[in-house]
Amino acid sequence: MSHPSVVAPGRPVELAEGVHWIGALDPAMRRFDIILNTANGTSYNAYAVRGERGVAVIDTVKIEFADEFFARLECVCRYDEIRVIVLNHLEPDHSGALPELMRRAPNAELVLSQRAPSILKALVRELGTEPDYTPVGDGDFVDLGGRRLAFVNTPYLHWPDTQCTWLEDQAMLFSGDVFGCHFCDDRLWNDRVGDFRFSFDYYYQHIMRPFRSFVLEALDKLETLAPRVILPAHGPLLRSRPRDYMARYRRLATPELGSGGDERTLLVFYVSAYGNTARMARALAEGAEQVSRLRVSLYDLQMSDVGQFVDLIEEADGLAFGSPTLNADAVKPVWDLLSSLTLVSVKGKFGAAFGSYGWSGEAVGMIEDRMRGLKMRVPVKGLKVKLNPTEDDLERCRALGRELGAHLTGTAKRRVVDIAELA
Amino acid sequence: MPKASVTFEDIGVTVTVPAGTRLIEVSEKVGAGITYGCREGECGTCMMKIVAGSENLAQPSVLEHQVLSDNLAPRAARLACQAQVLGGEIVVRPG
Repeated sequence: MSHPSVVAPGRPVELAEGVHWIGALDPAMRRFDIILNTANGTSYNAYAVRGERGVAVIDTVKIEFADEFFARLECVCRYDEIRVIVLNHLEPDHSGALPELMRRAPNAELVLSQRAPSILKALVRELGTEPDYTPVGDGDFVDLGGRRLAFVNTPYLHWPDTQCTWLEDQAMLFSGDVFGCHFCDDRLWNDRVGDFRFSFDYYYQHIMRPFRSFVLEALDKLETLAPRVILPAHGPLLRSRPRDYMARYRRLATPELGSGGDERTLLVFYVSAYGNTARMARALAEGAEQVSRLRVSLYDLQMSDVGQFVDLIEEADGLAFGSPTLNADAVKPVWDLLSSLTLVSVKGKFGAAFGSYGWSGEAVGMIEDRMRGLKMRVPVKGLKVKLNPTEDDLERCRALGRELGAHLTGTAKRRVVDIAELA
Repeated sequence: MPKASVTFEDIGVTVTVPAGTRLIEVSEKVGAGITYGCREGECGTCMMKIVAGSENLAQPSVLEHQVLSDNLAPRAARLACQAQVLGGEIVVRPG
């Protein structure tokens, strides 16, 4: 079976007139950034665009691959021809060769998003001088002579600094990490490489999903461009049916499990050793159910796969976690769920914690701290009950549910407290 | 010690605090939606909107000015980890 590689050692790949791929392939990579597995490596896609008045370099590569990058770049232009260096995203896998490129092309103008300068300064400390740069946003462009690069601000995809660059005359979108994936194939083009659909979805789920509201905002801008080719910073170059990949992103980022209308949702998760925390959970849910326009769901985490709850949590408005205290800690199924929540955005959701305990009862405070760390709102102090909850304790659980429900539905009474009363 | 009141609009809670308190300390304790990252005025995570009473906060430091500027912050924005209460009434909400 033939496998015609598009990539040759030390040679750039021409993508269109005056547009070259000058990146690097990393087929040995198996785990990226600690959290991402890849079955066949990744690529660091960098590009060069030549105009009548000079060359733009768009992104660089991970530092270990700088030699390959410079070898390809030198086939395309001299360093004194480089007029602009565009950085769509400053993470080290795309900016690793930047300090050396700045040394070799000292007259090139550095163009990056308005949120990027603080990261830039940290990246190029080794140069020993304050870098000059031009921050850009929507509507800004660079004229290369006969062709222009325009910029599209797409923050939080997946860092605050991320942007896309648009080559107008070719309708080519240099998209940074957006529409990328960790899939290494030296045939480069999406209509020639192996099947990478699983990598595309996997990358979205692990990198973009926590920022899905920003994904939707970015798609509103990018779809109007109707690109002929999408050139991401990782993985295959998307020349065949590029809009399908935008449509896939839109589908992945669109909520599917909305409760509908103005109804709010509260998910109550618990683990119980002797049934006490379970009784508290049921009482909290009962209280919350008394609040109109609130849909309450109760889940025992004991025998559950926490992964299945992540989708529900992404759509929910409020979360309550119940855990007994074992050895001065919350129990593992609760931590497993709480540690899974970096995959989705829970910022701003309302949360509460509760649990029965025997001796010290640290679990509730620890869960509250974790929720705050996840940038949730925890407006009601958690509830701890020593061993068996009494009817009074269960009524306090119902009250906690009602109060949490009131916050969720925007009906909470305004209150005034002294800071000394707060734990 | 002089007291001030800080109202967190997003959860409808007003907290009475001693002068000198930083807003992030209050937000954390009351469970409001103003969240923090580095707590050192560098990352901008705790940016919030001062709805009323900005004159009752200590003036932003050079560092805070720079971070607000880097983050394209609107005029009413402050960093909760840097903004210190002087007195009076202040109304805030997550930025």
